[in-house]
Amino acid sequence: MHFFWKRLLGTIPSLIGVVLVTFLLSHALPGDPAAYFAGPAANATSIAEVRAKLGLDRSLPVQFLHYADDLRQGNLGNSLTTGQPVLSDLIERLPASIELTFFALAFAVVAALPLGVWAATRPDSIVDHSCRALVSIGAAFPTFFIGLLFVYLFYFLFDIAPQPLGRLNEILYTAPPRITGAYTIDSILAGEWGVLRASLAQLILPSVSLGMFALAPIARITRAAMLQALGSDFIRTARASGLPTRKILINYAFRNALLPVTNVLGMVFSFLLGGSVLIEQVYGWQGVGAYAVTAVISSDYAAVQGFVLTMAFLYVMLNLVIDLLATAIDPRVRFES
Amino acid sequence: MNTLARNAAHAFGENRLTLVAVVILALLVLCAIFGPSLAPYDPLMTDGAARLVPPSAAHPFGTDALGRDILSRVIVAARLDLGMAVAAALLSFVGGLALGAIAGYFGGWPDRIISRVMDTIMAFPLFVLAMGIVAALGNSVLNVIVATVIINLPFYCRFARSEVNVRREMGYVEAARMGGNTALPVLVTYIVPNILPPMMVQVSLNMGWAILNAAGLSFIGLGVRPPTPEWGIMVSEGASFIISGEWWTFVFPGAALVLAVFCFNLLGDGLRDLLDPKRRT
Amino acid sequence: MSALLAIEELSLVFRTRHGTVRALEDVSLTVDRGEIVGVVGESGSGKSVMAYAALGLQDAAAQVLGGRILFGGLDMLNAAPDVLAATRGREVAMIFQSPRTALNPIRKVGQQIADVLLEHTTFRGAALRAQVIEALSRVRIPDPERRAEAYPFELSGGMCQRVMIAMALACSPALLIADEPTTGLDVTTQAVIMDLVREMSRTSRMSTLLITHDLGLAGEYCDRIAVMHAGHIVEIAPTVELLARPAHPYTRQLLASTPTPRTTIADLVSIPGQLPDLRQELPACRFSARCERHIPLCDERPLPWTVVAPGHAVRCRVPL
Ligand SMILES: Nc1ncnc2c1ncn2[C@@H]1O[C@H](COP(=O)(O)OP(=O)(O)O)[C@@H](O)[C@H]1O
Ligand SMILES: [Mg+2]
Repeated sequence: MHFFWKRLLGTIPSLIGVVLVTFLLSHALPGDPAAYFAGPAANATSIAEVRAKLGLDRSLPVQFLHYADDLRQGNLGNSLTTGQPVLSDLIERLPASIELTFFALAFAVVAALPLGVWAATRPDSIVDHSCRALVSIGAAFPTFFIGLLFVYLFYFLFDIAPQPLGRLNEILYTAPPRITGAYTIDSILAGEWGVLRASLAQLILPSVSLGMFALAPIARITRAAMLQALGSDFIRTARASGLPTRKILINYAFRNALLPVTNVLGMVFSFLLGGSVLIEQVYGWQGVGAYAVTAVISSDYAAVQGFVLTMAFLYVMLNLVIDLLATAIDPRVRFES
Repeated sequence: MNTLARNAAHAFGENRLTLVAVVILALLVLCAIFGPSLAPYDPLMTDGAARLVPPSAAHPFGTDALGRDILSRVIVAARLDLGMAVAAALLSFVGGLALGAIAGYFGGWPDRIISRVMDTIMAFPLFVLAMGIVAALGNSVLNVIVATVIINLPFYCRFARSEVNVRREMGYVEAARMGGNTALPVLVTYIVPNILPPMMVQVSLNMGWAILNAAGLSFIGLGVRPPTPEWGIMVSEGASFIISGEWWTFVFPGAALVLAVFCFNLLGDGLRDLLDPKRRT
Repeated sequence: MSALLAIEELSLVFRTRHGTVRALEDVSLTVDRGEIVGVVGESGSGKSVMAYAALGLQDAAAQVLGGRILFGGLDMLNAAPDVLAATRGREVAMIFQSPRTALNPIRKVGQQIADVLLEHTTFRGAALRAQVIEALSRVRIPDPERRAEAYPFELSGGMCQRVMIAMALACSPALLIADEPTTGLDVTTQAVIMDLVREMSRTSRMSTLLITHDLGLAGEYCDRIAVMHAGHIVEIAPTVELLARPAHPYTRQLLASTPTPRTTIADLVSIPGQLPDLRQELPACRFSARCERHIPLCDERPLPWTVVAPGHAVRCRVPL
């Protein structure tokens, strides 16, 4: 297991870089950071107050040390719009975003993998061409536009989806007691099946629309990787050994194709975390993305900064998971490290 | 040259879609250049008597909540949307090429620093980083472009770096170096011209993504301010009328976005086929 | 007694975007029980295509125009897929060039052998594992218990080829098809692998179809040799006879271009010209463009077989 620690250590430069960038964004830019932090309603005295309080009158390295020390203590400052510490604001909303992103990823993977495999096993067939068409079209639709189209189609026209007003219809249901913060999990833990159903109903459209954009790259790479795997020598060996088609497809071709797929997952998570901001906006989802948009518009800088930092941290950790996944799939990666 | 011609025949002949994409993009570029004179109405002119009119002969794309003609707004918006994307793509192309060439040619500590910076950019979910940059620099169109440039930079830089790295060892480059040329002339005359074609493919493949990013930022209210016509913000303005069924308010600007991105992607694929048929997937 | 493998007048083409590739024309070949038969010819002459067809593994673009392949009475070109799958790996097995890529890179080699045994035998659990180890030790892989846990990238090329042979022989097949089994291996490993193949066929009365571009190699290990050129079998004879009295001009050129212990590099001549483009209209004798003995009669169809000695046939109008 020692390569696990190696990989974990490998994230440290990324994390330092992330902290440095967020620091530079807030402290070293043209313009007056104190004015940003004080908010739009501030006057000269309150700005000066903020400046002194944040230590902005000191040298950059000193400021950075203070900044890093604040982070160590979990102090991300206070939000101007909610009046709460940014950290507690984020912690309150993060489960909603993670739940949405997770369901979107699950949808994208569950739809894209079989599609790519299917297309690859029938090159130049109708399935293959539809897969490629879907991939090119999917890659051209802005996430927010898909989200709105779905609302129009499935809520307004066909009336089969609930109103896009957030995570739960709060008139009919009350949120389950908070344990993890994800409504689906908490409602299962509390045994409130009606709430579970209702929160799943609210989840479907946003996660499918968010997942659509991730579907294209996954399906594309699955198809290409499967085609390559199916054309390789060891598949020929397996066929010459009389192994059954299903085993060849799954144990031999698909498992080999999974490595390139995990390699695009990093990009896919980048899309998903970015896209979730837009989808939360469309569906009134009370996650960190919607929080950040409000913060950006109202120049609530501490909140934006906390959001960027949190998402970057999450992303670095997801990349670590992807790395570990790749080593689990391919012994050669383990060997190289 | 012969193979290039053959590949062109393949890219355009067998793949009619590339040709279609080129034609549509040409139309969009026309809109971007001559937009204001092509538009049937003034894109900013409100008309209290014709609010939320569905598509009709007078207003093929209908009108929005203030009675402005959506067709005109969609046409005029092409300049801003394509302008932002082209500016961002070109700037990150130039910047990425320069940084990547330095990193790939000199190696050593310039390479380490540049690569580290690019890795750090890539450690962020890119759209989130763009939001943070715009928030920090200030909410303006220029800063949306700056943010888009920064998040695109690593792709060009890494690409240029590896291409330059391969080429600096090649015979003709070695010869030029032996002949007493210093780094800059060698890079500019012997290396860069050779990596331009594959970089152009990268540009057109990235173009669609740049459009999506800029539109996403304006959708959440960054950069472009109302009443400026821009596809992303128009979709966002139209969103409030979905619940009441006035679909045309967001569908047409959204469709314009999709069309532009789709065509750039097709063009990118076509160009790649043209220059590098092997890499086709 | 009928032959174990009989390829009868097989003609096969590939329909591709760039035209029809006439890969095999009127190819006939038999392999008897316990016999080692070599197929020799330049790269591109259709040896692999024939081998795959013998397993019923031809590419989707392939189209059989005529002829058939009988393996122990089973029609390999028309048998049901599940019958074919049950035959492959158990009755007839194949090993390939470049053993490193021929093995699944992310599966332990022991597991890959176990996959084959699972499919064709009733061994399970500990007995299966014992069988895998047994298969590995039969090809004299040292420390088979540990090697069974290795991934292909952890083994040398020669070791991978031994694993391939172990896998091919795991179910004691009646026929082994070896397609360039030693190409890409160093000379010493080459001899070790070939000795192993010969020993296996001698001890278990297994037949072997050895495909190679190296006439010297075939001459050393085969009982009979068929010479292939551009999709035609041009000459077939017992090894000693063929090496001593080649009757086809192509065979003679092959011989002249093959190093032996007594020749030096300077003595070697390369074969003039190149294989004809199989997508074009081809003459009756596909060697005619490269042949100095070519006469007008050569272009007349059909090109007949001439028996020059018992078991020695040549497809040439003007044999040597
Ligand atoms: N799947 C295929 N599609 C088209 N042509 C093929 C295919 N496989 C083999 N060929 C052609 O058939 C001829 C014989 O190939 P092959 O049997 O691989 O030669 P070799 O004797 O070197 O094994 C070659 O000209 C090759 O190009
Ligand atoms: Mg071959």
